[in-house]
Amino acid sequence: MSLIRFEKISRRYQMGTETVHALREVTLEIARGEYVAIMGPSGSGKSTLMNLVGCLDSPSSGRYELNGTDVSQMDDNQLAEVRNREIGFVFQTFNLLPRSNALHNVELPLIYSGMGSEERRRTALESLAAVGLADRVHHKPNELSGGQRQRVAVARALVNKPSILLADEPTGNLDSKTGQEIMALFEELSRKGHTIIVVTHEEDIARRARRIVRIRDGLIASDERQESKA
Amino acid sequence: MNFLTELREGLLISLGAIRANKMRAALTTLGIVIGIVTVTLMGTAIEGLNQAFLKSISSMGADMLYVSKFNWITRSHSEWMAMYKRRDITVEQAKALARQADFASAIAPTAEDDHSVRYKNRRSNNVMIIGSTEQYLPTSGASVAIGRFLSPSEAEGGRPVCVLGSEVATNLFRNESPLGNRITIGPRTFEVIGVLEKQGSLLGSFSLDNRVVIPLRQWTTWFWNNPNLDISVKVKDVAQLDEAREELRQVMRRIRHVAPGKPDDFSINQMDQFVEMFHRVAGTIAGIGLFITGLALFVGGIGIMNIMFVSVAERTREIGIRKAIGAKRRTILLQFLIEAAAICLLGGLIGLGIAWPLTFAIDHFLPATMSLKVVGIALLTSLVTGVLSGFFPAWRAARMNPVDALRAE
Repeated sequence: MSLIRFEKISRRYQMGTETVHALREVTLEIARGEYVAIMGPSGSGKSTLMNLVGCLDSPSSGRYELNGTDVSQMDDNQLAEVRNREIGFVFQTFNLLPRSNALHNVELPLIYSGMGSEERRRTALESLAAVGLADRVHHKPNELSGGQRQRVAVARALVNKPSILLADEPTGNLDSKTGQEIMALFEELSRKGHTIIVVTHEEDIARRARRIVRIRDGLIASDERQESKA
Repeated sequence: MNFLTELREGLLISLGAIRANKMRAALTTLGIVIGIVTVTLMGTAIEGLNQAFLKSISSMGADMLYVSKFNWITRSHSEWMAMYKRRDITVEQAKALARQADFASAIAPTAEDDHSVRYKNRRSNNVMIIGSTEQYLPTSGASVAIGRFLSPSEAEGGRPVCVLGSEVATNLFRNESPLGNRITIGPRTFEVIGVLEKQGSLLGSFSLDNRVVIPLRQWTTWFWNNPNLDISVKVKDVAQLDEAREELRQVMRRIRHVAPGKPDDFSINQMDQFVEMFHRVAGTIAGIGLFITGLALFVGGIGIMNIMFVSVAERTREIGIRKAIGAKRRTILLQFLIEAAAICLLGGLIGLGIAWPLTFAIDHFLPATMSLKVVGIALLTSLVTGVLSGFFPAWRAARMNPVDALRAE
């Protein structure tokens, strides 16, 4: 069974009097454990696709089943719960809370899922250790390097053991060496069985994935699987 | 997520936000501070007024009726003039009343006038000289501190004795006991046989202790032969007050030969009138106070609302992040409500800190202490102001679309 099943998903925006078709009846399936890159130039609809996959937005029409549940008709609060449980986000700009230290940033999803404070702390520390930041837990984002910040973000994304790790240009704000490190981390996570979706416009980032979905003008232009690299 | 964690988290976030914008928070709280100072002082003043009043009227029992030429409460000058033209209440009438009033446990006729009082080279001006009988004690609520009160025979007879109010006693006698000494009132000297217990003042201005009681007979002999008396009547059974009042009225009409059908040419006053008037005045004061306070708090609340809108706008991205990782509407709403409430509570505490020393200043005019009730009301008011004024901005934050919020700079 697919983890993600898009059935004829469309997303339209009203811009003044004009209707913009960001996605046009896209059908897509992603199975558990896949490592998928979504590519496309800006304005192609890939951000819209990412927002829909991440349950940040609801489709105008079509059906989206996530982990066997229809999420396309859910309201704000239900979607928040789904995001909390199923999706781990990694953003280009890290999107950490600036006034909170690494530990608290990682704890946040657990706070929202209602975990008790002791277990929460332990789980968050484990998650930070898993991305190699055990010694940086009390640092605030501005006391960390870009690569470390993105690691905190990854730790936060994974702390709730979500079904999907959803990364939006995860290396966009990093130098190439740090970017490589983050991508290596993703590969490691993929090997451990995490489902990873990376939205990017960089060809060599996309090449690290085992499947590349290209979007153009709100449609899927191509969907190719690559041989896994040695 | 459970509500307590949510509260705790919200509190931590808001404290962090306030710490990050100390100056702004301080300026914002100013409006609330002013509002709370007003609330507190108003509350303290009103409570003080109540206390002062209750203390003042506690000397007037609920079982007391006061027969007088004048009504205590006069609504117009013409009404006052009509009462002014009434015949005086004479000593004979008072005696007749005392004989006929079997509903009363004590009846004390009193004549009053201001005089200066001297002892050796000490002098006290504007002392209330009261001519009355031994029954003055049970009807006035006073009690004897040292010595004794007038005896029935002294009240009837002509022996020049007097009982001092506590203020007069301390003014005239510094290092010796007043008992047995003779003080001069007007043309005559009087032997001090007792001193009354301190009774306090009427609304902080009119002292009940600045008086001297002498036998009525002495009073009429030396000051004024035909005084207009007030008669204090203590009824036997307070449950029968209305009946006693009516009986008293009939007796007085008979004594004063008021023709049937004619209105009373005297007034019967009782504490209720005072209480009623006081409640009217206090109600007005409280109303005005409430209005001013409400205005101050309203302005403060607008300030909070304004700054909360700014705070929400500034932290749009943070809201987006929180929503993306699973914060529900309620969580975001609560977060900003708590922030607004925290700012207001802070203002409330500062306001209380400012108002507290000010109550000591008020205490010079009214018995004022900052009661726990007032503190509670002030804090509750600031909390409610915070929640009310924070609601609209918090609601806007809660309803934000995560996609747009994340895109914000």
